Amino acid sequence: MLETIFIDIANWIRNLLGSAGVPALWNDTVMMLVKLTAIIVFILINALWLVYMERKVAGYMQARIGPNRVGPKGLLQTTADIGKLISKEIIIPKNVDKILFLLAPVLIFVPPLTIFSVIPFGKNMMAIDLNIGLFFVFAIASLSTLIFWIGGWSSYNKYSLLGSMRVISQMVSYELPMMLALLGVIMIVGSLNLSEIILAQESAWFIISQPIAFLIFFIAAVAECNRVPFDLMEGESEIIAGPYTEYSGMGFAMFFLAEYANIMIASAMTTVLFLGGWLAPFGLTFIPSWLWFFVKMYVVIFVFMWLRWTYPRVRIDQLLGFGWKVLVPLSLANIFVTGIGMYIYRALGW
Amino acid sequence: METCIYNVIAFYMLAAVILGSAVMIVAVRNIVHSVLFLAACFISMAGIYLLLDAVYLAIIQVLIYAGAVCIMIIFGIMLIRRADMKESNLFNKQTKLAAGVVAMTLAVYGILAGKTAWTDVTSNVPVPADSLDKIGGLLLSQYVIPFEVAALLLTVALIGAIMLAREVKADGDN
Repeated sequence: MLETIFIDIANWIRNLLGSAGVPALWNDTVMMLVKLTAIIVFILINALWLVYMERKVAGYMQARIGPNRVGPKGLLQTTADIGKLISKEIIIPKNVDKILFLLAPVLIFVPPLTIFSVIPFGKNMMAIDLNIGLFFVFAIASLSTLIFWIGGWSSYNKYSLLGSMRVISQMVSYELPMMLALLGVIMIVGSLNLSEIILAQESAWFIISQPIAFLIFFIAAVAECNRVPFDLMEGESEIIAGPYTEYSGMGFAMFFLAEYANIMIASAMTTVLFLGGWLAPFGLTFIPSWLWFFVKMYVVIFVFMWLRWTYPRVRIDQLLGFGWKVLVPLSLANIFVTGIGMYIYRALGW
Repeated sequence: METCIYNVIAFYMLAAVILGSAVMIVAVRNIVHSVLFLAACFISMAGIYLLLDAVYLAIIQVLIYAGAVCIMIIFGIMLIRRADMKESNLFNKQTKLAAGVVAMTLAVYGILAGKTAWTDVTSNVPVPADSLDKIGGLLLSQYVIPFEVAALLLTVALIGAIMLAREVKADGDN
Protein backbone atom coordinates (compact mmCIF):
# COMPACT_ATOMS: atom_id res chain seq x y z
CA MET A 1 0.00 0.00 0.00
CA LEU A 2 2.63 2.53 1.10
CA GLU A 3 5.13 0.84 -1.23
CA THR A 4 3.13 1.57 -4.36
CA ILE A 5 1.55 4.87 -3.28
CA PHE A 6 2.80 6.85 -6.31
CA ILE A 7 1.83 4.12 -8.78
CA ASP A 8 -1.63 3.96 -7.14
CA ILE A 9 -2.09 7.72 -7.49
CA ALA A 10 -1.04 7.56 -11.16
CA ASN A 11 -3.44 4.69 -11.84
CA TRP A 12 -6.24 6.49 -10.00
CA ILE A 13 -5.85 9.62 -12.16
CA ARG A 14 -5.62 7.48 -15.29
CA ASN A 15 -8.80 5.56 -14.40
CA LEU A 16 -10.61 8.76 -13.46
CA LEU A 17 -9.80 10.27 -16.86
CA GLY A 18 -10.62 7.00 -18.62
CA SER A 19 -14.06 6.75 -16.96
CA ALA A 20 -14.73 10.40 -17.85
CA GLY A 21 -14.36 9.41 -21.53
CA VAL A 22 -11.07 11.19 -22.24
CA PRO A 23 -9.32 9.72 -25.31
CA ALA A 24 -6.11 7.75 -24.68
CA LEU A 25 -3.81 10.31 -26.28
CA TRP A 26 -5.11 13.16 -24.11
CA ASN A 27 -5.03 10.86 -21.12
CA ASP A 28 -1.30 10.27 -21.68
CA THR A 29 -0.73 13.99 -22.20
CA VAL A 30 -2.47 14.83 -18.94
CA MET A 31 -0.51 12.13 -17.11
CA MET A 32 2.77 13.52 -18.45
CA LEU A 33 1.80 17.05 -17.38
CA VAL A 34 0.88 15.79 -13.91
CA LYS A 35 4.24 14.02 -13.61
CA LEU A 36 6.20 17.05 -14.79
CA THR A 37 4.28 19.38 -12.46
CA ALA A 38 5.02 17.01 -9.58
CA ILE A 39 8.72 17.09 -10.47
CA ILE A 40 8.76 20.90 -10.66
CA VAL A 41 6.98 21.25 -7.31
CA PHE A 42 9.23 18.64 -5.71
CA ILE A 43 12.43 20.28 -6.93
CA LEU A 44 11.38 23.83 -6.06
CA ILE A 45 10.23 22.92 -2.56
CA ASN A 46 13.37 20.91 -1.98
CA ALA A 47 15.63 23.67 -3.28
CA LEU A 48 13.92 26.04 -0.85
CA TRP A 49 14.33 23.77 2.16
CA LEU A 50 17.85 22.69 1.24
CA VAL A 51 18.95 26.31 1.67
CA TYR A 52 17.58 26.09 5.21
CA MET A 53 19.32 22.73 5.73
CA GLU A 54 22.59 24.20 4.45
CA ARG A 55 22.39 27.08 6.92
CA LYS A 56 21.54 24.74 9.78
CA VAL A 57 24.43 22.41 8.89
CA ALA A 58 26.75 25.42 8.64
CA GLY A 59 25.53 26.62 12.02
CA TYR A 60 26.13 23.22 13.58
CA MET A 61 29.64 22.96 12.10
CA GLN A 62 30.54 26.42 13.37
CA ALA A 63 29.04 25.84 16.82
CA ARG A 64 26.20 28.33 16.41
CA ILE A 65 22.44 27.99 16.07
CA GLY A 66 21.63 29.07 12.53
CA PRO A 67 18.23 30.48 11.49
CA ASN A 68 15.74 29.99 14.35
CA ARG A 69 13.37 32.98 14.39
CA VAL A 70 10.93 32.76 11.46
CA GLY A 71 8.49 29.94 12.02
CA PRO A 72 9.07 26.91 14.28
CA LYS A 73 12.84 26.24 14.51
CA GLY A 74 13.33 28.83 11.76
CA LEU A 75 11.68 26.58 9.18
CA LEU A 76 10.03 29.47 7.35
CA GLN A 77 13.24 31.50 7.08
CA THR A 78 13.94 30.61 3.41
CA THR A 79 10.30 31.13 2.45
CA ALA A 80 10.56 34.63 3.87
CA ASP A 81 13.83 35.15 2.00
CA ILE A 82 12.21 34.18 -1.30
CA GLY A 83 9.31 36.52 -0.54
CA LYS A 84 11.82 39.31 -0.06
CA LEU A 85 13.69 38.46 -3.25
CA ILE A 86 10.51 38.30 -5.34
CA SER A 87 9.40 41.72 -4.12
CA LYS A 88 12.75 43.30 -5.02
CA GLU A 89 13.03 45.44 -8.10
CA ILE A 90 14.66 43.76 -11.09
CA ILE A 91 17.67 45.91 -11.85
CA ILE A 92 19.05 45.65 -15.37
CA PRO A 93 22.40 47.43 -15.72
CA LYS A 94 22.78 49.79 -18.65
CA ASN A 95 25.22 47.92 -20.88
CA VAL A 96 24.00 44.35 -20.48
CA ASP A 97 22.72 42.20 -23.31
CA LYS A 98 19.14 42.54 -22.09
CA ILE A 99 17.46 39.47 -23.61
CA LEU A 100 20.24 37.06 -22.70
CA PHE A 101 20.61 38.65 -19.26
CA LEU A 102 16.98 37.90 -18.48
CA LEU A 103 16.95 34.55 -20.30
CA ALA A 104 19.82 32.95 -18.35
CA PRO A 105 18.12 32.75 -14.91
CA VAL A 106 14.99 31.35 -16.55
CA LEU A 107 16.81 28.69 -18.55
CA ILE A 108 19.08 27.64 -15.68
CA PHE A 109 16.28 25.51 -14.20
CA VAL A 110 15.57 23.58 -17.41
CA PRO A 111 18.40 20.99 -17.24
CA PRO A 112 17.75 19.86 -13.62
CA LEU A 113 13.99 19.64 -14.19
CA THR A 114 14.48 17.64 -17.39
CA ILE A 115 16.97 15.26 -15.83
CA PHE A 116 14.74 14.41 -12.89
CA SER A 117 12.12 12.96 -15.25
CA VAL A 118 14.29 9.90 -15.99
CA ILE A 119 15.58 9.18 -12.48
CA PRO A 120 13.91 6.12 -10.93
CA PHE A 121 13.02 7.12 -7.36
CA GLY A 122 11.35 3.85 -6.39
CA LYS A 123 10.53 0.38 -7.68
CA ASN A 124 8.97 0.96 -11.15
CA MET A 125 8.62 4.65 -10.31
CA MET A 126 9.92 7.21 -12.79
CA ALA A 127 8.28 9.75 -15.05
CA ILE A 128 9.86 8.38 -18.24
CA ASP A 129 11.53 4.98 -18.54
CA LEU A 130 14.32 5.77 -20.97
CA ASN A 131 16.44 2.93 -22.29
CA ILE A 132 19.53 5.13 -22.36
CA GLY A 133 18.74 7.15 -19.26
CA LEU A 134 22.34 7.55 -18.15
CA PHE A 135 23.29 9.04 -21.50
CA PHE A 136 20.31 11.38 -21.40
CA VAL A 137 21.34 12.69 -17.97
CA PHE A 138 24.81 13.64 -19.16
CA ALA A 139 23.65 15.11 -22.45
CA ILE A 140 21.22 17.45 -20.69
CA ALA A 141 23.62 18.20 -17.82
CA SER A 142 26.24 19.38 -20.31
CA LEU A 143 23.83 22.10 -21.45
CA SER A 144 23.89 23.92 -18.11
CA THR A 145 27.50 24.97 -18.84
CA LEU A 146 26.20 27.04 -21.72
CA ILE A 147 23.50 28.68 -19.59
CA PHE A 148 25.92 29.70 -16.81
CA TRP A 149 28.11 31.16 -19.51
CA ILE A 150 25.21 33.12 -21.03
CA GLY A 151 24.54 34.67 -17.62
CA GLY A 152 28.15 35.68 -17.12
CA TRP A 153 28.79 36.90 -20.62
CA SER A 154 25.63 38.96 -21.03
CA SER A 155 26.44 40.94 -17.86
CA TYR A 156 29.32 42.81 -19.61
CA ASN A 157 31.27 42.83 -16.41
CA LYS A 158 34.85 41.65 -16.16
CA TYR A 159 34.24 39.63 -13.03
CA SER A 160 31.22 37.96 -14.59
CA LEU A 161 33.25 37.17 -17.68
CA LEU A 162 36.11 35.70 -15.63
CA GLY A 163 33.59 33.65 -13.66
CA SER A 164 31.86 32.34 -16.75
CA MET A 165 35.19 31.37 -18.34
CA ARG A 166 36.00 29.49 -15.17
CA VAL A 167 32.63 27.73 -15.34
CA ILE A 168 33.33 26.49 -18.84
CA SER A 169 36.89 25.31 -18.23
CA GLN A 170 35.93 23.68 -14.93
CA MET A 171 32.80 21.91 -16.15
CA VAL A 172 34.42 20.69 -19.37
CA SER A 173 37.47 19.40 -17.47
CA TYR A 174 35.42 17.49 -14.92
CA GLU A 175 32.82 16.08 -17.31
CA LEU A 176 35.55 13.93 -18.83
CA PRO A 177 36.69 12.01 -15.70
CA MET A 178 33.04 11.75 -14.61
CA MET A 179 32.01 9.91 -17.77
CA LEU A 180 35.20 7.82 -17.89
CA ALA A 181 34.66 6.75 -14.28
CA LEU A 182 31.12 5.63 -15.08
CA LEU A 183 32.40 3.41 -17.91
CA GLY A 184 33.47 0.91 -15.24
CA VAL A 185 29.89 0.69 -13.96
CA ILE A 186 28.45 0.50 -17.49
CA MET A 187 30.89 -2.31 -18.37
CA ILE A 188 29.72 -4.40 -15.41
CA VAL A 189 26.00 -3.77 -15.97
CA GLY A 190 26.02 -3.82 -19.76
CA SER A 191 23.15 -1.32 -19.95
CA LEU A 192 22.54 2.42 -19.84
CA ASN A 193 19.09 1.98 -18.33
CA LEU A 194 19.08 3.48 -14.83
CA SER A 195 16.64 0.85 -13.50
CA GLU A 196 18.86 -1.97 -14.73
CA ILE A 197 21.89 -0.30 -13.16
CA ILE A 198 20.02 -0.30 -9.84
CA LEU A 199 18.91 -3.94 -10.21
CA ALA A 200 22.51 -4.98 -10.93
CA GLN A 201 23.42 -3.79 -7.41
CA GLU A 202 21.17 -6.37 -5.76
CA SER A 203 24.10 -8.34 -4.29
CA ALA A 204 26.63 -5.53 -3.79
CA TRP A 205 26.42 -1.78 -4.28
CA PHE A 206 28.84 -0.36 -6.81
CA ILE A 207 30.49 1.70 -4.09
CA ILE A 208 32.00 -1.63 -2.98
CA SER A 209 32.93 -3.11 -6.36
CA GLN A 210 33.90 0.25 -7.97
CA PRO A 211 35.32 2.38 -5.12
CA ILE A 212 37.73 4.33 -7.36
CA ALA A 213 34.95 5.12 -9.82
CA PHE A 214 32.78 6.31 -6.91
CA LEU A 215 35.49 8.65 -5.61
CA ILE A 216 36.16 10.11 -9.06
CA PHE A 217 32.47 10.48 -9.79
CA PHE A 218 31.76 12.17 -6.48
CA ILE A 219 34.67 14.61 -6.74
CA ALA A 220 33.68 15.45 -10.31
CA ALA A 221 30.04 15.88 -9.22
CA VAL A 222 31.10 18.38 -6.54
CA ALA A 223 33.05 20.26 -9.21
CA GLU A 224 30.16 20.15 -11.68
CA CYS A 225 27.84 21.62 -9.06
CA ASN A 226 30.38 24.40 -8.44
CA ARG A 227 30.47 23.67 -4.74
CA VAL A 228 33.26 24.33 -2.26
CA PRO A 229 36.11 23.32 -2.50
CA PHE A 230 35.60 23.79 -6.27
CA ASP A 231 33.43 26.94 -6.30
CA LEU A 232 35.98 28.95 -8.27
CA MET A 233 33.30 30.47 -10.49
CA GLU A 234 31.85 32.44 -7.61
CA GLY A 235 34.96 32.74 -5.49
CA GLU A 236 33.83 35.89 -3.68
CA SER A 237 37.32 36.74 -2.45
CA GLU A 238 38.56 36.91 -6.06
CA ILE A 239 35.76 37.73 -8.47
CA ILE A 240 32.83 38.96 -6.29
CA ALA A 241 30.18 36.42 -7.34
CA GLY A 242 31.33 35.35 -10.79
CA PRO A 243 28.49 35.10 -13.32
CA TYR A 244 25.94 36.23 -10.71
CA THR A 245 27.64 39.56 -9.97
CA GLU A 246 25.14 41.77 -11.80
CA TYR A 247 22.05 39.80 -10.78
CA SER A 248 19.80 40.92 -7.98
CA GLY A 249 16.40 39.94 -6.65
CA MET A 250 14.75 36.93 -8.25
CA GLY A 251 17.40 36.59 -10.99
CA PHE A 252 19.98 35.89 -8.31
CA ALA A 253 17.56 33.65 -6.44
CA MET A 254 17.02 31.51 -9.54
CA PHE A 255 20.76 30.86 -9.85
CA PHE A 256 20.94 30.23 -6.13
CA LEU A 257 18.05 27.73 -6.16
CA ALA A 258 19.41 26.09 -9.33
CA GLU A 259 22.59 25.31 -7.41
CA TYR A 260 20.53 23.26 -4.97
CA ALA A 261 18.58 21.63 -7.79
CA ASN A 262 21.92 20.59 -9.31
CA ILE A 263 23.03 19.18 -5.96
CA MET A 264 19.83 17.14 -5.84
CA ILE A 265 20.53 15.76 -9.32
CA ALA A 266 24.13 14.93 -8.41
CA SER A 267 23.04 13.23 -5.18
CA ALA A 268 20.27 11.31 -6.91
CA MET A 269 22.69 10.12 -9.58
CA THR A 270 25.25 9.09 -6.94
CA THR A 271 22.49 7.13 -5.20
CA VAL A 272 21.33 5.45 -8.40
CA LEU A 273 24.80 4.59 -9.67
CA PHE A 274 26.73 3.67 -6.53
CA LEU A 275 24.42 3.35 -3.52
CA GLY A 276 21.90 0.88 -4.91
CA GLY A 277 19.15 3.40 -5.72
CA TRP A 278 15.88 2.30 -4.14
CA LEU A 279 17.18 -1.13 -3.11
CA ALA A 280 16.76 -1.74 0.61
CA PRO A 281 19.99 -2.71 2.43
CA PHE A 282 20.10 -5.61 4.92
CA GLY A 283 16.71 -6.86 3.69
CA LEU A 284 14.81 -4.01 5.38
CA THR A 285 12.10 -4.17 2.73
CA PHE A 286 9.26 -3.11 5.06
CA ILE A 287 10.36 0.47 4.47
CA PRO A 288 9.05 1.53 1.04
CA SER A 289 11.57 1.68 -1.78
CA TRP A 290 11.02 5.36 -2.56
CA LEU A 291 11.71 6.23 1.06
CA TRP A 292 15.03 4.39 0.86
CA PHE A 293 15.91 6.36 -2.24
CA PHE A 294 15.20 9.70 -0.59
CA VAL A 295 17.04 8.74 2.62
CA LYS A 296 20.14 7.84 0.62
CA MET A 297 19.79 10.98 -1.47
CA TYR A 298 19.64 13.24 1.58
CA VAL A 299 22.64 11.49 3.12
CA VAL A 300 24.63 12.31 -0.04
CA ILE A 301 23.33 15.89 0.07
CA PHE A 302 24.52 16.12 3.66
CA VAL A 303 27.99 14.96 2.56
CA PHE A 304 27.97 17.76 -0.03
CA MET A 305 27.25 20.30 2.72
CA TRP A 306 29.73 18.67 5.07
CA LEU A 307 32.45 19.13 2.42
CA ARG A 308 31.48 22.74 1.89
CA TRP A 309 31.89 23.75 5.51
CA THR A 310 35.06 21.69 6.02
CA TYR A 311 37.40 22.49 3.14
CA PRO A 312 38.88 25.79 1.95
CA ARG A 313 38.66 26.80 -1.69
CA VAL A 314 41.38 25.61 -4.09
CA ARG A 315 43.06 27.73 -6.77
CA ILE A 316 41.88 27.57 -10.39
CA ASP A 317 45.17 26.10 -11.68
CA GLN A 318 45.15 23.51 -8.89
CA LEU A 319 41.59 22.63 -9.81
CA LEU A 320 42.28 22.13 -13.51
CA GLY A 321 45.60 20.39 -12.83
CA PHE A 322 43.92 17.97 -10.43
CA GLY A 323 41.24 17.16 -12.99
CA TRP A 324 43.58 16.52 -15.89
CA LYS A 325 46.62 15.07 -14.14
CA VAL A 326 45.01 12.95 -11.44
CA LEU A 327 41.36 12.20 -12.15
CA VAL A 328 41.59 11.51 -15.91
CA PRO A 329 44.56 9.07 -15.70
CA LEU A 330 42.99 7.44 -12.64
CA SER A 331 39.67 6.93 -14.42
CA LEU A 332 41.44 5.50 -17.49
CA ALA A 333 43.32 3.09 -15.21
CA ASN A 334 40.00 2.17 -13.57
CA ILE A 335 38.58 1.16 -16.96
CA PHE A 336 41.55 -1.14 -17.63
CA VAL A 337 41.47 -2.69 -14.16
CA THR A 338 37.70 -3.24 -14.43
CA GLY A 339 38.12 -4.89 -17.84
CA ILE A 340 40.87 -7.21 -16.58
CA GLY A 341 38.86 -7.98 -13.45
CA MET A 342 35.80 -8.89 -15.52
CA TYR A 343 37.90 -11.31 -17.59
CA ILE A 344 39.33 -12.92 -14.47
CA TYR A 345 35.85 -13.36 -12.99
CA ARG A 346 34.63 -14.84 -16.25
CA ALA A 347 37.64 -17.20 -16.40
CA LEU A 348 36.90 -18.33 -12.85
CA GLY A 349 33.35 -19.02 -14.01
CA TRP A 350 31.46 -16.71 -11.60
CA MET B 1 6.50 6.24 -36.78
CA GLU B 2 2.75 6.70 -36.76
CA THR B 3 1.84 9.80 -38.73
CA CYS B 4 -0.78 11.59 -36.71
CA ILE B 5 -1.68 15.26 -36.86
CA TYR B 6 0.38 16.08 -33.75
CA ASN B 7 3.54 14.70 -35.34
CA VAL B 8 2.95 16.89 -38.38
CA ILE B 9 2.37 19.98 -36.23
CA ALA B 10 5.51 19.21 -34.20
CA PHE B 11 7.50 18.71 -37.39
CA TYR B 12 6.52 22.05 -38.86
CA MET B 13 7.17 23.87 -35.57
CA LEU B 14 10.62 22.30 -35.27
CA ALA B 15 11.36 22.99 -38.92
CA ALA B 16 10.41 26.64 -38.44
CA VAL B 17 12.72 26.93 -35.42
CA ILE B 18 15.58 25.18 -37.24
CA LEU B 19 15.31 27.34 -40.36
CA GLY B 20 14.72 30.53 -38.39
CA SER B 21 17.69 30.02 -36.10
CA ALA B 22 19.87 28.90 -39.04
CA VAL B 23 19.11 32.19 -40.82
CA MET B 24 19.76 34.13 -37.61
CA ILE B 25 23.20 32.47 -37.21
CA VAL B 26 24.45 34.30 -40.30
CA ALA B 27 22.23 37.37 -39.93
CA VAL B 28 23.11 38.61 -36.42
CA ARG B 29 26.13 40.87 -35.98
CA ASN B 30 27.25 39.57 -32.62
CA ILE B 31 29.07 36.26 -32.91
CA VAL B 32 28.00 35.20 -29.42
CA HIS B 33 24.36 35.43 -30.50
CA SER B 34 25.30 33.33 -33.54
CA VAL B 35 26.61 30.57 -31.25
CA LEU B 36 23.44 30.61 -29.16
CA PHE B 37 21.26 30.40 -32.27
CA LEU B 38 23.48 27.53 -33.39
CA ALA B 39 22.76 25.75 -30.08
CA ALA B 40 19.02 26.35 -30.55
CA CYS B 41 19.27 24.96 -34.08
CA PHE B 42 21.10 21.82 -32.88
CA ILE B 43 18.62 21.17 -30.08
CA SER B 44 15.63 21.50 -32.40
CA MET B 45 17.32 19.04 -34.77
CA ALA B 46 17.42 16.63 -31.84
CA GLY B 47 13.65 17.16 -31.69
CA ILE B 48 13.36 15.99 -35.33
CA TYR B 49 15.29 12.83 -34.41
CA LEU B 50 12.88 12.26 -31.52
CA LEU B 51 9.95 12.51 -33.94
CA LEU B 52 11.61 9.74 -35.96
CA ASP B 53 11.90 7.56 -32.80
CA ALA B 54 15.70 7.82 -32.95
CA VAL B 55 16.20 8.57 -29.24
CA TYR B 56 19.85 7.61 -29.22
CA LEU B 57 20.69 9.91 -32.13
CA ALA B 58 18.74 12.75 -30.49
CA ILE B 59 20.71 12.44 -27.27
CA ILE B 60 24.02 12.21 -29.15
CA GLN B 61 23.00 15.32 -31.07
CA VAL B 62 22.46 17.25 -27.83
CA LEU B 63 25.60 15.87 -26.17
CA ILE B 64 28.04 16.36 -29.06
CA TYR B 65 26.69 19.38 -30.92
CA ALA B 66 24.92 21.52 -28.33
CA GLY B 67 27.11 20.39 -25.43
CA ALA B 68 30.56 20.13 -26.99
CA VAL B 69 30.74 21.93 -30.35
CA CYS B 70 29.12 25.12 -29.06
CA ILE B 71 31.39 25.14 -26.01
CA MET B 72 34.41 24.73 -28.27
CA ILE B 73 33.30 27.70 -30.39
CA ILE B 74 32.84 29.74 -27.20
CA PHE B 75 36.41 28.86 -26.18
CA GLY B 76 37.53 30.16 -29.56
CA ILE B 77 35.55 33.37 -29.19
CA MET B 78 36.86 34.05 -25.72
CA LEU B 79 40.48 33.44 -26.70
CA ILE B 80 40.35 35.87 -29.63
CA ARG B 81 37.98 38.39 -28.13
CA ARG B 82 37.40 41.69 -29.91
CA ALA B 83 37.05 45.00 -28.14
CA ASP B 84 33.60 45.55 -29.58
CA MET B 85 31.57 42.35 -29.60
CA LYS B 86 28.71 44.06 -31.43
CA GLU B 87 30.76 44.06 -34.63
CA SER B 88 32.29 40.60 -34.33
CA ASN B 89 30.29 38.79 -37.01
CA LEU B 90 30.88 41.14 -39.90
CA PHE B 91 29.31 41.31 -43.33
CA ASN B 92 31.30 41.98 -46.47
CA LYS B 93 30.67 43.09 -50.01
CA GLN B 94 31.65 39.95 -51.95
CA THR B 95 28.17 39.53 -53.35
CA LYS B 96 29.27 38.25 -56.79
CA LEU B 97 31.29 35.37 -55.36
CA ALA B 98 28.51 34.54 -52.88
CA ALA B 99 25.90 34.61 -55.66
CA GLY B 100 28.03 32.16 -57.68
CA VAL B 101 28.40 29.74 -54.77
CA VAL B 102 24.68 29.92 -53.96
CA ALA B 103 23.73 29.40 -57.61
CA MET B 104 25.98 26.35 -57.83
CA THR B 105 24.57 24.89 -54.63
CA LEU B 106 21.02 25.43 -55.84
CA ALA B 107 21.91 23.83 -59.17
CA VAL B 108 23.27 20.73 -57.43
CA TYR B 109 20.13 20.54 -55.28
CA GLY B 110 17.97 20.95 -58.38
CA ILE B 111 19.75 18.16 -60.28
CA LEU B 112 19.56 15.84 -57.28
CA ALA B 113 15.89 16.65 -56.75
CA GLY B 114 15.22 15.91 -60.41
CA LYS B 115 17.00 12.54 -60.21
CA THR B 116 15.25 11.42 -57.01
CA ALA B 117 12.33 9.07 -57.66
CA TRP B 118 10.34 10.51 -54.68
CA THR B 119 8.92 7.14 -53.68
CA ASP B 120 7.79 6.62 -50.12
CA VAL B 121 11.00 5.91 -48.23
CA THR B 122 9.47 5.05 -44.86
CA SER B 123 9.61 1.33 -44.19
CA ASN B 124 6.70 -0.51 -42.64
CA VAL B 125 8.92 -2.26 -40.12
CA PRO B 126 8.42 -0.64 -36.70
CA VAL B 127 11.44 1.07 -35.15
CA PRO B 128 13.06 -1.32 -32.66
CA ALA B 129 12.47 -0.21 -29.09
CA ASP B 130 16.12 -0.83 -28.31
CA SER B 131 17.91 1.01 -31.11
CA LEU B 132 21.06 1.36 -29.01
CA ASP B 133 21.56 -2.44 -29.02
CA LYS B 134 21.31 -2.51 -32.82
CA ILE B 135 23.75 0.40 -33.23
CA GLY B 136 26.16 -1.11 -30.72
CA GLY B 137 25.96 -4.51 -32.42
CA LEU B 138 26.69 -3.00 -35.83
CA LEU B 139 29.57 -0.89 -34.48
CA LEU B 140 31.25 -3.95 -32.97
CA SER B 141 30.69 -6.30 -35.90
CA GLN B 142 30.35 -4.74 -39.35
CA TYR B 143 32.08 -1.44 -38.59
CA VAL B 144 34.51 -2.68 -35.98
CA ILE B 145 37.70 -1.41 -37.69
CA PRO B 146 36.60 2.27 -38.11
CA PHE B 147 35.17 2.12 -34.59
CA GLU B 148 38.41 0.85 -33.08
CA VAL B 149 40.49 3.33 -35.08
CA ALA B 150 38.31 6.19 -33.79
CA ALA B 151 38.55 4.84 -30.24
CA LEU B 152 42.33 4.64 -30.52
CA LEU B 153 42.50 8.17 -31.90
CA LEU B 154 40.41 9.53 -29.02
CA THR B 155 42.50 7.69 -26.42
CA VAL B 156 45.69 9.06 -27.99
CA ALA B 157 44.20 12.57 -27.96
CA LEU B 158 43.22 12.15 -24.30
CA ILE B 159 46.68 10.90 -23.26
CA GLY B 160 48.22 13.67 -25.35
CA ALA B 161 46.18 16.24 -23.42
CA ILE B 162 47.36 14.76 -20.12
CA MET B 163 50.98 14.86 -21.32
CA LEU B 164 50.62 18.51 -22.38
CA ALA B 165 49.21 19.40 -18.97
CA ARG B 166 52.11 17.63 -17.28
CA GLU B 167 54.76 19.37 -19.39
CA VAL B 168 53.57 22.83 -18.35
CA LYS B 169 54.03 21.80 -14.75
CA ALA B 170 57.63 20.65 -15.38
CA ASP B 171 58.44 24.04 -16.90
CA GLY B 172 56.88 25.82 -13.98
CA ASP B 173 59.09 23.90 -11.54
CA ASN B 174 62.25 24.93 -13.36
